[in-house]
Amino acid sequence: MNAVANAAPPIASSGSVGAGFGWSFVRDLTLAWRHPGETVLVVAFYALVASLFPLGVGAEPQLLARIGPGIIWVCALLAAFLSLPALFATDYADGMLEQMVLSPHPMPAWVAGKIVAHWVASGLPLTVLSPLLGLQYGLDSATLGTLALALLLGTPILSLLGAACSALTLGARGGGMLLALLALPLFVPVLIFGAGAADAAASGLGAAPHLSLLGAGLILAAMAVPFAIAAAIRIALD
Amino acid sequence: MNFYFFASPATFFRLAGAMAPMFFVLAAVSGAIGLYLGLAVAPTDAQQGEVYRVIFIHVPAAWMSMFIYLVMACYGAMTLAFNTRLAAMMARALAPTGAMFTFVALWTGAFWGRPTWGTYWVWDARLTSELVLFFLYGGFIALANAFEDPRRGDRAAALLALIGIVNLPIIYFSVQWWNTLHQGSSVSFKGTSMHVTMLWSMLLMAFSFWMYSAGAALVRCRTLILDRERRTRWVRALS
Repeated sequence: MNAVANAAPPIASSGSVGAGFGWSFVRDLTLAWRHPGETVLVVAFYALVASLFPLGVGAEPQLLARIGPGIIWVCALLAAFLSLPALFATDYADGMLEQMVLSPHPMPAWVAGKIVAHWVASGLPLTVLSPLLGLQYGLDSATLGTLALALLLGTPILSLLGAACSALTLGARGGGMLLALLALPLFVPVLIFGAGAADAAASGLGAAPHLSLLGAGLILAAMAVPFAIAAAIRIALD
Repeated sequence: MNFYFFASPATFFRLAGAMAPMFFVLAAVSGAIGLYLGLAVAPTDAQQGEVYRVIFIHVPAAWMSMFIYLVMACYGAMTLAFNTRLAAMMARALAPTGAMFTFVALWTGAFWGRPTWGTYWVWDARLTSELVLFFLYGGFIALANAFEDPRRGDRAAALLALIGIVNLPIIYFSVQWWNTLHQGSSVSFKGTSMHVTMLWSMLLMAFSFWMYSAGAALVRCRTLILDRERRTRWVRALS
């Protein structure tokens, strides 16, 4: 495992976007695969919090079916947030981040690779598990599909925005709480459109406008955020 | 005189010290006239009665909450682009005033909403996005102060301000995009649907808040300069 974690970026005379992306994606995914505990914790937290709500608000089927999509979204958002503090912090602590900045590959490329790996290890399991939680809340099949689709489009945005905040708070005092204060307000639009899509499907209206806006947000974030994160890492390593 | 003359904290310190009182006088005079026009002269609203008069605080405060964020983000962009010290200090100096106006806009809105909408708070698009703006100000202040090295905090917070600027168009256009409970604007550059005394009162109050923000930011910036430059010869010579 250490061989992967500490392996320097492949030495090449000239860097490339594809090689940088692929290298950091494979590295982070390998690390996540060899430390399955973190992904399991995220998923366990997600399922646990979602199962607390029926105990808290009462188990009436109509009530649960109505608030289900929103609750699953909030749980997914909090679970995705849970794994953010460590995204850059471990590499920052052991000096790996500096080595990656020194590599010839463009920063936004390997930053994007890290984010996609983070999403595969946290956002994707949450999306895959959402129909199961939805069934427990008694959602109908159309709503389940829309909810999973909305999560599929929305959780990558959460990973992107959260990674930006995670990079900004590198080396800051009060890391976790500060990260919550920065990231959760930025998550609000994703939550509104994501839960709105499932609500629209549940009430028989089309979910297409919400999903289109989520997709537009994803494209915009995927274009801009890796560059912002590159700037944030440069500030942190200054 | 060089255009960059006042980019030095030492020269800007004196300029800010001279300008801040002028801004405060302008704020007091225009605020007094605006409040007199708004509370005593302006006619009672046909639909809402006397309660509409909270508009003279609420709308200018909401305008300033967004405008100050924009100015703060511009100073943030200058911080990152030119690596200037003073721009970062101005961004820091503006944030508490912006947060205060955001809070005032939310608070007066709650008092306006109770008699007219029948509720202090609704999860309407404009209210929610304004609340998010309040948290963005909070995050900016917290991030700027979270590092041992103040320059590190300056630049991280500047980047955060630039990321958060996507919220401004959402607030501004929320009443058109979502068409929810919050009413649309009565004022535009093409004309207005308000009585002329109301309009003048509101514009005077907005001017007053604007001048207050400038004065408060300059005073706060002066203390930041003194704090940062406390080891320099010119600051020691002041005492």
